[in-house]
Parts: sequence; C-alpha cells; structure tokens
Amino acid sequence: MTLAELTHPRQDYSYGFLDAFARRELRRRILKAIAIPGYQVPYASRELPIARGWGTGGLQATLSVAGPQDVVKVIDQGADDSVNAANLRRFIARMTGVETTTDTARATIIQSRHRVPEERLAEGQLLVLQVPDPEPLRAVQPDSSQAREMHADADYAQMWLSLYEQLVRFGRFMQGASYPVIVNRRYLMSPSPIPRWDTPALHQSAHLTILSAGREKRLYAVPPYTDVRPIEFDDVFFQVEDQAGRVCMITGAAQKFMDELPQPGGGSRFRISDTGYVEKLLAAARGEPTAIGPTYYDDQGRFWMPGVIRGRGDGDS
Amino acid sequence: MNLLTVHDLSKTFTIHAIGRAVPAFTNVSFQLRPGELLVARGQNGVGKSSLLRCLYRTYLPSAGHAIYRSAHGEVDLARAAEVDIALLRKTEIGYVSQFLRPRPRVSAIELVMEPLLAAGADSGEARARAGDWLGRLGLKESIWPAYPSTFSGGEQQKINLARALIAPRRLLLLDEPNAALDPVARAALRERLAALKAEGVAMIGVFHHIEDVHDLVDNEVVLNAVG
Amino acid sequence: MTLEPRTFDPPRLSDGRPLLTARELRKTYGRVTAVEGVSLEVYPGETLGIVGESGSGKSTVLRLLNLEEPADAGDYRLDLAAYAGENLLGLDRYRRRELRVSQIGIVYQQPHMGLRMGASSGGNVAERLIMAGERRFASLRAAARDSLAASEFPLDRLDDPPRVLSGGMQQRVQLAKAIAMRPALLLLDEPTTGLDVSVQALVLDTLLRLRRERRIATIVVSHDLGVIRTLADRVMVMRGGHVVEHGLADQVLDDPQHPYTQQLVHAKL
Repeated sequence: MTLAELTHPRQDYSYGFLDAFARRELRRRILKAIAIPGYQVPYASRELPIARGWGTGGLQATLSVAGPQDVVKVIDQGADDSVNAANLRRFIARMTGVETTTDTARATIIQSRHRVPEERLAEGQLLVLQVPDPEPLRAVQPDSSQAREMHADADYAQMWLSLYEQLVRFGRFMQGASYPVIVNRRYLMSPSPIPRWDTPALHQSAHLTILSAGREKRLYAVPPYTDVRPIEFDDVFFQVEDQAGRVCMITGAAQKFMDELPQPGGGSRFRISDTGYVEKLLAAARGEPTAIGPTYYDDQGRFWMPGVIRGRGDGDS
Repeated sequence: MNLLTVHDLSKTFTIHAIGRAVPAFTNVSFQLRPGELLVARGQNGVGKSSLLRCLYRTYLPSAGHAIYRSAHGEVDLARAAEVDIALLRKTEIGYVSQFLRPRPRVSAIELVMEPLLAAGADSGEARARAGDWLGRLGLKESIWPAYPSTFSGGEQQKINLARALIAPRRLLLLDEPNAALDPVARAALRERLAALKAEGVAMIGVFHHIEDVHDLVDNEVVLNAVG
Repeated sequence: MTLEPRTFDPPRLSDGRPLLTARELRKTYGRVTAVEGVSLEVYPGETLGIVGESGSGKSTVLRLLNLEEPADAGDYRLDLAAYAGENLLGLDRYRRRELRVSQIGIVYQQPHMGLRMGASSGGNVAERLIMAGERRFASLRAAARDSLAASEFPLDRLDDPPRVLSGGMQQRVQLAKAIAMRPALLLLDEPTTGLDVSVQALVLDTLLRLRRERRIATIVVSHDLGVIRTLADRVMVMRGGHVVEHGLADQVLDDPQHPYTQQLVHAKL
C-alpha cells in the first residue's frame, strides 16, 4: 500500500466550502437553537468569499446543512433573479452540487433575505433567513450584556412600553419590518427584516426556520409547529400591511405582498414581490401544467389559519 | 374609676452640649376621672406645659408613671410603645397647643377637617362639622377657604382649637387654649368645654384666662419651681 | 459618648402587626461598614422617618429594603400572604423582581434614577403595570391617568416626557409610578430635596393626602427635619451606620435624648 492510496485526492475546498470543524460547530449550534426556540446562540462566524453583511450568516447555515440531494432556492426581497440571490445560489450549487430552483414547492432549502414566499411551506422544508441584527431589544437597550439579562429574565416590559409610546404619539404601531415576536411564549425574537405581512407565516408553521446573522455571530431558530406571536396589546392588535386595492401589473392577482413602483406621472403601479410565484401564475395563465401550492393569504387577503391575525388593515404599505 | 393615674412623674432635660441637667418638674402625682377638669397651676416656667407634653409623649418623662385606662386596656403613658401612643393620639387623647402649624395650600377648613378624615369620616360630613366649629368660634365664613398662614394669631388659634376639639376624645390636654382669643371665642370655647365635660371627656389644662373656666374646674395640681 | 436607645413596653393596644419587620441589617462595602445592627418596624398606614447626615447609612437602609442590593446579614420580612415566613433577603432574582414590582414603590431624589426621561409621563407609570403583566392599552392608559391624578400631576401633560418637566412635576411622575400598583410599602429617598421651598410644600401635601387615602406603610429618608416633621409618625436617627435614637417624630425633634440628635436638631433650629 502506498502513501498515495491512503490520502484523499487534493481538493480546493471541503464539501460545502466550510471545513469539517466549522460545519460540526454550526450544526451543533443549530441543534441548540432548535432546542431553545427563539434563543440567540453565539457561533464562530467564518470567513467566506463574500463580505460580512451580504448574507454570510444565512450562507453558513445553508452550507452546513445542505447535501447533494437538496434542492435550493435563494431569494432576495422575494426575487430569485437579483444579483445577490444569483451569486449566493451559484456559490451554494458549486460548493455542494445541489440542484437549484425558483419553485418554492420544489425547494428543500430556501435561503431568503427579507421575505417568506407566498406559497405555504410544508413539513420537511427549511427556511434560512439572513439576519442583519439579531437583537430585538437593541432599540430599548443598547447595552448587549444587559439585553441578554433581560432575555434571561423574560423582562420585555420595555417593548410594550415602546408600543404604548407609539400609540400615544402616532396612534398606531410604527414598526414595519423586523416586527418583534415572542417565540414559544418565552423569547423575544427579531424575525429578520421580513415585512409584517410575512410574520404570521412563522406561527405554527410546518417548516423549520433558521435565522442566522454572520456579522453579529448569532443564530436562532423556530422549530415546526411553534407559537410565534407578534407583540401587541389585548385591545390594540398587530396588523399586516394592507394590500387592498393593489393589483399586480404582471399577473392581475391581488392580496399578495406587492412591490410598489412609482410612476413618472405621480401614481404607483404594483407587482407581486415573490417572483417565483409570479412565474407560476404566468405559466398557469399560458396553460402550462403548473402546481401552484396553497398560499398564506387567499384572494380576499384572509390568512389561512384563522385567529392568528386579530387586527386588519391600517392603511400603511 | 380613674381614667388617668399619675404617680411621681418627673421630667429633666439633659443638655449634652453644655453637660447640664435642667429639671422641669418632679414627682407630680394626681388622679383624673372621666368628666373631670384638672388645672395645672404655678408660676411661669415651672413646667406646666412640659407636664402636658409628657402626658402626650412629645416629651419623654424621666421617671414615674402615668397609667391611662384606654378603651383597649391599661397602659403607662410614660413607657408605652410608640405605636400605642400613636394609636391613642388618633383615637383617644387630644392636645390643644398654643400654636397652629399652617401648611401651604391647605385651607383653614381643610385643616379642621383633617382629624375627621383621618378617623374615616367622609368629606361632606367632615366639611359640615368643620364649618359648624369655625362658625361657633366666630371665624368669618369668607375666610374658611383661605390659607391660614397669613391669619392673625387669634384667627389661627381658632382654627387650632376647632382642629383639636372636633374629633371625639376621652382625654384632652389643653395648653393655654384661650390665650389669644377674643371674648366671643372665649365664651364659645367655655361653652364647648362644658359640653365636653358633660359628655364625660376628661381634661387637663393650663389656662391663661383661668376665670373663663373657673366653675368647670374639679381639681388642680400645683407645680413648684424646682432645681 | 454612647447611649443605648431607650426601650419601651411592647405594644399593648395596637392589635395590628407591622407590615415591615427588619432585624439586624448589615451592609459593608469593602472595609467600610455602611449599616450595622439596624432593626426597624413599620405598620400599615404609618410613616417612619430616617434622619442623619450624608454617610450615616440612611440611604443604604432604603436600598436594602428596596432589595436593590444584597445585605451582608439580617432578616427582612413583609407581612404579605405570598411571602409569609420568608426572609426577603434570600429571594431569588425572579421573585425579588416580582415583589419589587407589585409591593414596593420608590421615589428617588434624582428623577433620572426612577424615570425614563425620554418616554412619556403616562408611559413611565404604565410600565409598572406592564411589568406586572397588564396587556390592555386602555387599562394602561386609564391606570396611568388615575395614578398621575392621584399624585396631582396635571393631566394635560400626560404625554410629555419627564425631560421637559419641572423638578416638582418629575417627582409627581415618580410618585405616580411608585403607587401605580398600589404597593404595600412606599420608600421615599429625599423626595423633595433640591426643589424650591414652595414646590416642596406642595409635594409634601400630596404625600400626606396619599398616606391618608391609601394607608401605605411609608419610609422617608431625609436630612431635612422639616420634611420629617411634616411626614413622619416615628423617627429613627442614624449615625455612622447605627441607629442612635428612635421615637415618635415630635418627641425626637422636641425632646431629643442622644447628644447627636440634640446637635442635629439644634443645628437646624
């Protein structure tokens, strides 16, 4: 037996880019995060060939769990075709050999920046959300060690105080994206800068969500079928962005989360933000065989699980 | 049956800064029954006020006993627990001092209402009774809502009297209650003291105008200069 | 010269039990003994004054009773069903927080120690109820209003932050916050020090009225004997971490026994 037979052939990178130790650490952190829903688990964020702040947290989570059989979809603000999404998708595919897709229903891993797809995710699917700032208490407690003590004590009164202040000053809750939620009736969590429209999708969801912040070196998770409740009062409710009166200029569909496109004349046109979903609607319109899954919101804008959204429509977009 | 039995009560002030002990009175003994008025007599500076203050425990007696038969049992006023004294002051023992301590933004009538409110009376009833008292002592109704810090000495004294006499008491300590009063108020006070006496209230007094209450006095204790 | 505080008969007439009983409290900072062998009782509806110079340990006693910092030794009880028979100095952080939120109100000399200066006044008060679990906006609003009205805060300034209010108003917000949960114990740490004399009188008057209406057991720490005479039923005089004298407020102020108290009282007059 020769030395050459005993050694692996030389490779430029380990499978999935991360070395074995990094991969093992990340998987352990992810398990811990799943075991303590909503709790921020610190991890050693590795250097990647993209800059911190460009999705490295989500990328490390995806790379550490992806295998050759996975089908990966990457979106940025709902779009599969943005430059960042395309770069990340190509890198993941090259490093893991996974198939890529734009079809939400076919994907086993969906890495996303700032959106949850319109089609309902199913059991077995994994949603990886890129997180710029994992600390939901930052606004009320700039000192992160004190914020950690507040998490330990479940001392979240200041969040409701800020809701109170918003109602007193502006008559409504002012937080748009990153609307804070309580996970499993215990930890306050930032759902990443997804619009409020997407927040209810995390509640009692069939899929697993991993949220990872590469720059801040923290990750956390929402396991399947876990309570995720936006902070609200018992008599003044959390509301999602009102999509009433908006019609998609491409598909003619309504009651999905829309991108607003200001027009030179002063008005606005609207386009469904989820491009994968738009593709499917267009394919169906052309009469091609297309399986469009059930969506989180129906055509009347009703959320699929009754009782989750108590307040409706505040005129904010 | 005696309401109060005072036995060899003495008071000496120890002034540490000059290392001196200044006696106020020594070995005072007397008994007091319900409905009796006892007058403390003696020259100026013989500790008549100090005696009243010792019984009220504003001063701490140096020796002796003052056994008081309260509605809840017997205590020695010279040694009773502070909470017991506080309770007696609220419910049984009243002190009429010579000086009113007005407080900013508290009107004359509100000052008089306070003891009733503290005893749990509702505000309407307290106001009516306070008005009745101030009227009888001859304080013009137009100044009831005013703040007494600017009142004359006589007016302040009337408020003070009303305040001290308005709530029911079993023992009243009267420290020159009529010193600064006009004749009308002195007559009203006399009438009120007679009524209280008839109701069975025991009183110990130091009077500037002893002639006002001469025929009400049952007994007297004479204090002599000491030291 | 050392004098033991005079002892009296045990209570015979009052059948009530003290709300607060503290025994032999001790607190040291390094080699400095801030409080040593301090024992006290406060009855429901009663106000105990603690006087002494700065450094006498009076504020430390208040912080110990507020469970703000751990005592080195002692026994501290409140006569409340949920804490029956427990030395509160041994509570874990969760129950300590619960007790402080629901049963102890405090007003500090410095408003910024007790208030969020940038949040609205109503919000400052509402936060106490949020901490206790209230999640209805209308109830929070109503409770903030009630409590601020009880501390005689002008309600047209309900939504102004303490930062833009006068010192007297800030103390009223602190007071409203302290009484919002209808606590059993109210702690006042130099509540009117630094205010103009006329404003001080108004705040004291509010405190007197609240005491009468709510029967809260109160401890007031002050170096101002006028404040103590106005508010306190009983007084404890502290010096060098020890209690040198205690008694009825008028007795301690008009007939002080201990040389130090005599010096204190006469320095004032």
